Amino acid sequence: MESTNASTANFPGLLKPARPVGFTGYGAYVPRYRLPNSEVARIWTDAKGGPVKEKAVTGPDEDVITMSIEAARNAIARAGISPLLLRAVWIGSESHPYAVKPSSTVVAEAIGASPHIQAADLEFACKAGTEAIVAAIGLVGSGMADYAMGIGMDTAQGKPADALEYTAGCGGAAYIIGPAEDALCLIESTYSYVTDTPDFWRRAEQKYPEHGQRFTGDPAYFKHILAAAETMMEASGTKASDYQYAVFHQPNPKFPQRAAATLGFKPEQISTGLLVPVIGNTYAGAAIIGLTAVLDVAQPGDRILMVSYGSGAGSDAFSLVVTDKILERRDRATKTADYIARRTPIDYGNYVRYRGKLALR
Amino acid sequence: MEIPRHWRLKQQRYALVGEVCPHCEGKIFPPRDVCPHCSGEAKTPYAFSGRGEVYSYTRISDGPAGFEESAPYTIALVKLEEGPLVTAQLTDLGGQPVDIGMPVEMVTRRIRSDGDERGMIVYGYKFRPVMAAQA
Ligand SMILES: [Zn+2]
Repeated sequence: MESTNASTANFPGLLKPARPVGFTGYGAYVPRYRLPNSEVARIWTDAKGGPVKEKAVTGPDEDVITMSIEAARNAIARAGISPLLLRAVWIGSESHPYAVKPSSTVVAEAIGASPHIQAADLEFACKAGTEAIVAAIGLVGSGMADYAMGIGMDTAQGKPADALEYTAGCGGAAYIIGPAEDALCLIESTYSYVTDTPDFWRRAEQKYPEHGQRFTGDPAYFKHILAAAETMMEASGTKASDYQYAVFHQPNPKFPQRAAATLGFKPEQISTGLLVPVIGNTYAGAAIIGLTAVLDVAQPGDRILMVSYGSGAGSDAFSLVVTDKILERRDRATKTADYIARRTPIDYGNYVRYRGKLALR
Repeated sequence: MEIPRHWRLKQQRYALVGEVCPHCEGKIFPPRDVCPHCSGEAKTPYAFSGRGEVYSYTRISDGPAGFEESAPYTIALVKLEEGPLVTAQLTDLGGQPVDIGMPVEMVTRRIRSDGDERGMIVYGYKFRPVMAAQA
């Protein structure tokens, strides 16, 4: 079939749905408890702190399913639709509670979306949530469905005493993709950049991940984030100053700050969506929960660039434009800043208990 | 194994779905198909808002089988804003004291594992203190 779209012809891999789509609802979730970096440092090192102030930690009765249910309920409240209109519930995570038995069916049942739906769990390290959203864009953009939900949520695993223990946090977000005329934020196009890169992995039945130290920076995070962002900006004929906000995957504060500077973004363009200093790295939830904080305050007409990164490795870039529907919808559910403000610090002992790191049998 | 029972109860457990009486509009939880107010037949599903307040509560320090790892925890009788009283665990207290009349809201959480870590995870409603006012 002949392409009628000049930009998709010139940029292979730029995805532009045949039918215009956007986010019609969104919802965040951050658990109540926080483990300060000073607590991790107190146990394992002589240092006073780590790369972030603190990370969000689930209570003992929470997991990716329960957190996804709450984020999904927030998204439905903002979209103002019956959950029965959803044709898909796709959940990206690397910490699904079951190895075999989908999280998505439990979430779909709890929000009242089943049984006439697609449901599946996706895994692509920290990119699984945005991959779920891209799949939902395809389903709605093709006209096969009017509404579909994509979720990215994690209770990230950090091995005790490992560098990741400072930042591996819990949280994420849910998005409802629907027709552009009902959207609070238009999705103009997406572009993904994926290669086989050995920077981070967890083998089946292993509790904690491994990372290939020298692969985590330049050949992994920066290569994919920058390639996806640069191609997206070139394809859409935009430059950094055309965006009010940019959100990048945030495994720590330094990586997104350096990526933003390399691309020409100023610190004030990324500060609203940079949540890693106060909730940690929420893996599949990291970029998309940053976007919820932006949508909570953005104005109609604002342009947003979001770029995720997942180890293994790949990045999804999204070109987004906020509509006037944001103003009436964002107050219908709990805002990300309210979840962040609800915080109860815990010590390392309670952290070990809440996160199930203590073998009782 | 109680898998069939968990499966039958999932709607009511996950989302606080009860019934509304077509005769007197009374809201019913848990669903029992007969209206406790007017004794009429009542089979229309009704999703409760999940908002309510603590009617009474007790602290459990020795949990029964399946709940040992959750103890200590607080069980409350919650008066839903639609009327019915339900018994449920309170969660996300974060050390804050519980008071009679405290506003709470429903959340879906892990209730327990059926057996050890090889068993099914049972999800259901609990209540937490109402979140900070939404701007
Ligand atoms: Zn009645």
